[in-house]
Amino acid sequence: MDLVNPGFGLVFWTAITFLCLLLVLRKFAWKPILGAVSDREDSIKNALAEADKAREEMENLKSDNEKILKEARAERDAMIKEAREIKDTMISEAKEEAKAQATKLIEQAKTTIQNEKLAAITDLKNQVADLSINIAEKVMKDELASKDKQVALVEKMLGDIELN
Amino acid sequence: MYICTEFLETYIYNLQAMRINIFRTFLLGFFLLISLNGFAIIEDTKETEDKPFDAKEMIMHHVKDAHEFHIIDINNKPVSLPLPIILWTDNGLTTFMSSEFHHDDTGHTIVEKNGGKFVKLHEKIYQLNDGATAVAFDEEHHPKNAVKPLDFSITRNVFMMWVSVIVLLLIFLTAARSYKKSKDGVPTGIAGFVEPLIVFVRDDIARPMIGEKKYKRYMPYLLTIFFFIWINNIFGLIPILNGANLSGNIAFTMTLALFTFIITTLSGNKNYWKHIFWMPGVPVPMKIFLMPIEIIGIFTKPISLMIRLFANITAGHIIILALMSLIFIFKTIALAPVSVAFSLFITVIEIVVTAIQAYIFTILSALYFGMATEEEHH
Repeated sequence: MDLVNPGFGLVFWTAITFLCLLLVLRKFAWKPILGAVSDREDSIKNALAEADKAREEMENLKSDNEKILKEARAERDAMIKEAREIKDTMISEAKEEAKAQATKLIEQAKTTIQNEKLAAITDLKNQVADLSINIAEKVMKDELASKDKQVALVEKMLGDIELN
Repeated sequence: MYICTEFLETYIYNLQAMRINIFRTFLLGFFLLISLNGFAIIEDTKETEDKPFDAKEMIMHHVKDAHEFHIIDINNKPVSLPLPIILWTDNGLTTFMSSEFHHDDTGHTIVEKNGGKFVKLHEKIYQLNDGATAVAFDEEHHPKNAVKPLDFSITRNVFMMWVSVIVLLLIFLTAARSYKKSKDGVPTGIAGFVEPLIVFVRDDIARPMIGEKKYKRYMPYLLTIFFFIWINNIFGLIPILNGANLSGNIAFTMTLALFTFIITTLSGNKNYWKHIFWMPGVPVPMKIFLMPIEIIGIFTKPISLMIRLFANITAGHIIILALMSLIFIFKTIALAPVSVAFSLFITVIEIVVTAIQAYIFTILSALYFGMATEEEHH
């Protein structure tokens, strides 16, 4: 039957036409179109990957921040604690020192008072001695003013002295 | 019967194929043209008013190739586009226009060119033997005193093929240019329409059938064959151009199947040939038994491609034409609504078939390439 009997002319032209069409479309249509499509797909894929990466980084950053904050808080607490300790020791040290100083001062004062007292006593003694001598001198002067008195005194004194 | 079953098979396949929404746009465009289909056929059949209507002859005339592009009959005078006839005879290349036969298809008009006498009989060009002045017929109405020279004529199928090539080039070169123009690679205009189709061929045909590693090599062939078959299927359905039933011509489908066969055979790797000549994993008697079956299989694959496309498209045309012929066979206008309704129904199916057949041809080609390049996996 004619219908299923391929005509040579059409085979010939189909082969030539199809090959030409294939070559032209491959170079000028499929290559740029498929290239553009896959380029776009790649760029979309990259963009998504980058977004994921950015999100991950952000999360990392967030956790880092939290970590840093936590550390800072801990550090602050430690510092406060340390400061408090330092304060306490300082206060107690100061107290101790003050006490020592006071004791020392009192001690010094006591010594000084003692010295002053001694000096005063000595001075007083000297003055009393001077006064006594002066008085004694005056008394002597008065008592030995006449020759009789002088002889009476010597007599008396000689009387006191017992020759042994 | 084969055609009918094949057709039904395709119809069922249509229902299964849920990718129809891609082609919805195309469907809408052609709904308008469907209604014209019937009228074009009626115009063509007017010439048979004086002799009894021969449905078979009318249908065959429409389905087969021709040397002129018949457009319309006005007052029983055919209006047609003459096409060049190119013959390779003993005297070398002989060319003349088909209009020199004056629409004669019975072998009565003799054209003398380049020292040879040529007649056209049933759309075949014969060269009369030396000394003969008219065609003599034997009992089976075959010419006795003439030979058929090699015919490279630009027939209406070749003409329509070139029209389709121009349309394809316009569509895809424009699309490619629009990608170059837009710097971000966003498809605009016609590129927005063809890109889903190209991505469909890539992601639903080439990638799953051939595999991620090797599909790129076959993409140009698969895309070209998909769109080439599809557009020629569509052109075959357009009235006026209906005369050109290119993708329903076995010469056309044979050539395309041959390309698939050649590419499959050339890209067959060691694993492929091993599966044909010495099937691994089965006992030796089975290996020997399978070898001839597999060798036959190499050839039945492209042959099935050839027959499937040819039979589906031709069957569709024959059914539409046969339904319209009912009006003339029963000689009553009362049958016209039924005929038109049925052929409308079939035409709608045919529109889907245009895409389905292009898809099947492409996916099977891809499947064969995939089988030929498959790596051993154990």
